[in-house]
Amino acid sequence: MRTPVALLLELGVILAALSMLGTLARRYTLSPIPLYLLTGLAVGEGGIAPVPAAGAFVETGAAIGVILLLLVLGLEFSLPEFAAGMRRHVPSALVDLLLNAAPGAVAGWLLGMDGIGILALAGATYISSSGIVARLLSDLHRLGNRETPSVLSVLVLEDCAMALYLPVLAVLASGGAWWQAALGVLAAAGAVLVAFTLSYRWGHHLGRLVAHPDAEQLLLRVLGLTLIVAALAELVHASAAVGAFLVGLTLTGETATRTRALFSPLRDLFAAVFFLAIGLSVDPGDLVAVLPAALALAAVTLVTKVVTGWYAASRDGVGRRGRRRAGTALVARGEFSLVIVGLVGTMHDTLGPLVTAYVFVLAIAGPLLTRLVGGPPRPSRQVADPRNGLPQG
Amino acid sequence: MDVTEVLLPGVGLRYEFTNHRGERVGVVARRTGDFELVVYGSEDPDEGRPLIELNNEEADAVAEILGAPRIAERFADLTKEVPGLASGQVEVRAGSAFDGRPLGDTRARTRTGASIVAVVRGDEVIASPTPQELLLGGDVLVVIGTHEGIGGVEQIIRG
Repeated sequence: MRTPVALLLELGVILAALSMLGTLARRYTLSPIPLYLLTGLAVGEGGIAPVPAAGAFVETGAAIGVILLLLVLGLEFSLPEFAAGMRRHVPSALVDLLLNAAPGAVAGWLLGMDGIGILALAGATYISSSGIVARLLSDLHRLGNRETPSVLSVLVLEDCAMALYLPVLAVLASGGAWWQAALGVLAAAGAVLVAFTLSYRWGHHLGRLVAHPDAEQLLLRVLGLTLIVAALAELVHASAAVGAFLVGLTLTGETATRTRALFSPLRDLFAAVFFLAIGLSVDPGDLVAVLPAALALAAVTLVTKVVTGWYAASRDGVGRRGRRRAGTALVARGEFSLVIVGLVGTMHDTLGPLVTAYVFVLAIAGPLLTRLVGGPPRPSRQVADPRNGLPQG
Repeated sequence: MDVTEVLLPGVGLRYEFTNHRGERVGVVARRTGDFELVVYGSEDPDEGRPLIELNNEEADAVAEILGAPRIAERFADLTKEVPGLASGQVEVRAGSAFDGRPLGDTRARTRTGASIVAVVRGDEVIASPTPQELLLGGDVLVVIGTHEGIGGVEQIIRG
């Protein structure tokens, strides 16, 4: 076996750079995603430090990154939570969809894209980044706040909409006659519904099939199963990401909890590689050309997301300050907008750079804005005060 | 005391209650087993001011400090406040009629008016057990009721 020195070195340097950037971003409770994208731009073609040897690895790693992102998304899904979201927040979800998908669709139309491009851009502006938002709420100590259930419900319903949207987009993007596409869409929607039913009715049995007390066994089994299903899904033009999502959906209960804990670090690593790959695939020259459009789109959809969050929180009886926090918390777009581009980006010249720039702007603006609106994070109440230590009465 | 429970999709649960000083307290129980305690301020009732964060192990320790040893103490206080109400302990003997049968089978409350409010099993305390709770030999039932009622439960359990 020959050890590929150049690959190891390049990869090591990239990961070290990512870790430093990540630390920097976390210090200011920002998402590291924009910095990962920048790193990708820097090491890509026309960038400042090309990495020829690591290219093939990054490409493979990115594919696995998308699969793991969707697998963990599926694992997070729980029917009772979805049902609770549906009970209270169907109007919020509709407002969310109308207000945030429409600007993307209009922008796609103005930029002269075809139907698939318009659909993809609408999806990219619609979906908030549940990864960034969930992390943000935790970092800013907002989990106990009253507006937080509204924010999380909107995210759950968006993720669910993604489950139906991604297969449809994947099938349409794979081309073919209209009836092929229609059949594919039906099949994809059917597969998602079957997975929902399976997880609801027989989830614990399926869980038992892959469950194993040994962590290594569980990791190998779930990863193996996911990659096989993803490959099969790709084979029938339904996108590997959708296959992985379905596997995540069907695993529930204890198995899902353990698998989630086991896969989270793996997902973070490969997701970072995926963001890097998106940056790599974009030519910095193209990026500059679409920057005005991306900024305009970001400005419009920033406002529409704030309105969405404001509306959702007001349905839960939250006050003005809380509504502002909810609205701004939802602004960040991230991984799923990029997954959408990954699905169709190669066919559209402007879509890849446009959405990359768009995510770049909002993944930075969202966290900053919501921090600003919520005021500085308060320090924990002093615990050493002796008066608080004495028993009352 | 009213405790409201709110679902936090993807995160866990939040419990909320008002304490005796009128402060609104929230407890965020995350799926990971971590806990966060917050107090809601008066200027923005929706914003929780973080008090402490506990990991799984710490939360268990705190629960134990607050929970187990206080159960007997609390019942003693309760019975002092209401005249005529007493608390007693009834042991389920190994091999006796209810060893291995659900609590509901005793029909203790229907027959005596006294309530079984906890089952003490070794170090473990099962507070407000459901009728489905299986009784085992060696369990000690904590009973609250009149003196006659407690005596009645004792008779039923002895068989």
